[in-house]
Amino acid sequence: MLDEQWLPVIFVGLMGFSVLVYAILDGYDLGVGVLLPMRPDDEADRDTMIASIGPFWDANETWLVLAVGLMLIAFPAAYNLVFMHLYIPAALMLIGLILRGVSFDFRAKAAVDHKLAWDRCFKAGSLMTTLAQGYMLGQYVMGFEQSLPALLFCLLSALCVTAAYSYIGAAWLIMKTEAGLQRRSVTWASRCGRISFIGVVAVCLVNPLVNPDVFNRWFSFPLVMFALLIPVLCTLAFIVNDMLLKRLPKANDRHCWVPFVLVTTIFVLCFSALAFSFFPEIIPGQLDIWESASAPESLRFILIGAIIVVPVILIYTVFAYRVFHGKATELHYH
Amino acid sequence: MLETLMLSRIQFAANISFHILFPAINIAMCWFLLYFKVRYDASGNPLWMRAYRFWVKVFALTFALGVVTGITMSFQFGTNWPGYMETVGNIAGPLLGYEVLTAFFLEATFLGVMLFGINRVPPKVHTFATLLVAIGTTLSAFWILALDSWMHTPAGYELRDGVAFATDWWAIIFNPSFPYRLVHMLVASGLTSAFFIAGISAYRIRKGDTKKAPYKTLKIGLIVAALLAPLQAFVGDLHGLNTLEHQPQKIAAMEGVWHTEEGAPLLLFAIPDETEQRNHWELGIPKLASLILTHKLNGEIQGITDFGEDHPPVGPVFWSFRLMVAVGILMMAASWFGLYCLHRKNSLPFWMLKALEIMTFSGWVATLAGWYVTEVGRQPWLVTGILRTADAVTPVAAGSVGLSLSLYLLLYAFLLSAYIHTLRVIARKAVQIEEFETSEPTATGSLMNVGIDGTTNHSVKGASSC
Ligand code: HDD
Ligand code: HEM
Ligand code: HEM
Repeated sequence: MLDEQWLPVIFVGLMGFSVLVYAILDGYDLGVGVLLPMRPDDEADRDTMIASIGPFWDANETWLVLAVGLMLIAFPAAYNLVFMHLYIPAALMLIGLILRGVSFDFRAKAAVDHKLAWDRCFKAGSLMTTLAQGYMLGQYVMGFEQSLPALLFCLLSALCVTAAYSYIGAAWLIMKTEAGLQRRSVTWASRCGRISFIGVVAVCLVNPLVNPDVFNRWFSFPLVMFALLIPVLCTLAFIVNDMLLKRLPKANDRHCWVPFVLVTTIFVLCFSALAFSFFPEIIPGQLDIWESASAPESLRFILIGAIIVVPVILIYTVFAYRVFHGKATELHYH
Repeated sequence: MLETLMLSRIQFAANISFHILFPAINIAMCWFLLYFKVRYDASGNPLWMRAYRFWVKVFALTFALGVVTGITMSFQFGTNWPGYMETVGNIAGPLLGYEVLTAFFLEATFLGVMLFGINRVPPKVHTFATLLVAIGTTLSAFWILALDSWMHTPAGYELRDGVAFATDWWAIIFNPSFPYRLVHMLVASGLTSAFFIAGISAYRIRKGDTKKAPYKTLKIGLIVAALLAPLQAFVGDLHGLNTLEHQPQKIAAMEGVWHTEEGAPLLLFAIPDETEQRNHWELGIPKLASLILTHKLNGEIQGITDFGEDHPPVGPVFWSFRLMVAVGILMMAASWFGLYCLHRKNSLPFWMLKALEIMTFSGWVATLAGWYVTEVGRQPWLVTGILRTADAVTPVAAGSVGLSLSLYLLLYAFLLSAYIHTLRVIARKAVQIEEFETSEPTATGSLMNVGIDGTTNHSVKGASSC
């Protein structure tokens, strides 16, 4: 049966795609939340920062719903296993997402004296979400092991993901803001970039050491020639971005969009590396995509919809970004 | 395991109950907004823009709460009910998937354009974005109710080794109880929104708002409610007949009929007693239940004892049903009387304004009561005849579930009070400041604070008196 061979591959591809899009899109708006400066005289900056993600955050989060939905649809066994093991971190992540999602609207409507409190909730919620996601990623890579070294790795991963999201958030702000806030964002970006780089290197070293399968896969000849391209390109992107950030902002705001593109590239590369490490396993060391796939008739039914609808979603997403192109301060809010 | 089961049930019920509060308002609210916007586009009358601008703020807030609590829901199946996906995942998965693909992306993406894009796109495109959001929320109700109805009245599947496989998607989606449940829920949302709008408008008027917009929205709310309330009773009746056919044990519990009887009375009051299998303090109208359900005075209604162990707990179903119907009748009375006053005297007496204010959230009460009838009435089954609730539960330790449940409950209590408090703040601000706002359409975005005294960071361009 051709179907039974290929449907799971198609679905794991779709799922990977939505995870990646989620990490980039919600990554930048979570990052903006994590970066929110909390001093009393930062209020104007906070307003602009939040305005810059205003029209987008809801749609961005929907990619998470899609990724989880696809996992639930196509790999129910894996879905059950993942969320059974990650019960508490998933609950914490959800509470973080709830806090930040509502603060966003409450802050605008609350009486003036509560606004600062909602901003704090927004920052705390964002931080909770990124830490929980990083921790979950770490657990996933470790095959849900509960030992002390695994725990340390998860903490490292939590910090890394937070740094990476802040990195892309700062790059977003460089593109969407001007003047003082833009200069602040440049500083944030270059700091977060360095921390992220250290994090990525650490993960790359630890992962093959603890997972012998991963080690074999990366260092088997002749694949190693191609595979090593990923870390090389990734390092290059980090370095180029770091150098560029030293020169930003430039006259006429030239190249303000470049950091965002570079960080996005880094995200894509890191994601490819992860995928390369584990495919076709869906739970490292426990389940592969064929063992956990649901019935072909169900997959075929949803695939038809996905083929028609996903391109439409992409088109109107592009439309929405075009409507809100340009600097965030140009948005007229009430 | 028993503790985990109980805690998981409470947690699921808490999460979905909290979630449904916001869709119940939003599904219909969006169509109200579309109506205001279309009227504005057609007439240019700033009154409609005022109405739109005020209600879109309320909508944005409610939507945010709906979205974040909904995201929690999509993780619930995995975290607390792994048996659910194992057994019926082949059916539930694609239906949930279609909801995400066709509904969630649509509403979430165009929400941005709708809320913040009014100055960035031509008016027609903006109105179109509002329409797409409205379609999105309604579609989302369509898919999720298809799944929920399938769990009540499964069709179009076959069981292989205890696992459900799809055989006919059309039959799965349009399963026997789906059309009734969909219409009943959409009308419920219409009623919930209508009373919500009428109630907040009444509050504004009582706080001394003399602008035309709140009067207009009050009247629109009342008209819609007056039309939908009788329709809802009619649809509910049909729904009940359908349930009698497919889930007779639920009807028996709703009517409090313990032993099969002919010419059963319609009970207005009773205390069902699970251990003695009878009611105390019965007060009823003779033969009416039989008449309603079988259209014969002496029609037979199956009693709960006929179903052995497989029947739902009677008390909660019995009482939730009465609560829902009582609120429905109250809604009918309030909306008709309100319209009568408006028609005769062109104004509402003070006590009527107060009454509408108290009924602001009456839709929530009826909607929750209705869902409790439906869902508790399905127990002990999670999916009728296929999967029992007890067999689907997670093996996660009770302590973890207890912890997550406590966190959720704390958070929900906090959010609910913040939501209601903030609605008050928005309404009170509107009483004072909308007067000063410009009459041309400006962005209705909601990211900046507007001070109580009307000082905003946009220029004040003279007062107009709508
Ligand atoms: C009859 C209506 C209805 C019911 C029974 C449910 N929902 Fe819901 N849901 C909606 C109606 C809705 C909506 C109208 O589409 C929402 C509410 C907030 C909003 O305004 O969109 C929404 C939002 C919403 C979101 C966020 C969507 C986004 O990102 O825009 C998710 C993930 C869910 N829901 C998931 C669920 C799940 C898993 C449910 C059942 C177990 C569920 N909902 C019951
Ligand atoms: C939106 C309004 C809804 C409300 C207020 C609601 C309420 C409830 C309640 C109170 C229970 C617990 C019954 C009991 O344990 O005695 C329950 C059970 C359940 N419902 Fe719903 N429900 C709603 C919609 C849905 C939908 C749309 C689905 C699925 C698509 C769903 C799936 C379930 C499941 C899986 C259970 C079993 C867990 C349990 O017994 O607690 N519900 N629901
Ligand atoms: C006034 C007469 C009404 C009647 C006769 C009626 C009848 C019913 C019945 C029989 C059910 C259970 C369906 C099942 O078997 O699962 C139900 C459920 C429900 N009712 Fe009502 N109802 C009435 C009013 C209302 C009102 C006013 C609201 C809300 C504003 C409402 C909201 C609901 C909801 C949300 C459900 C659960 C979803 C569903 O199963 O459709 N009902 N109703």
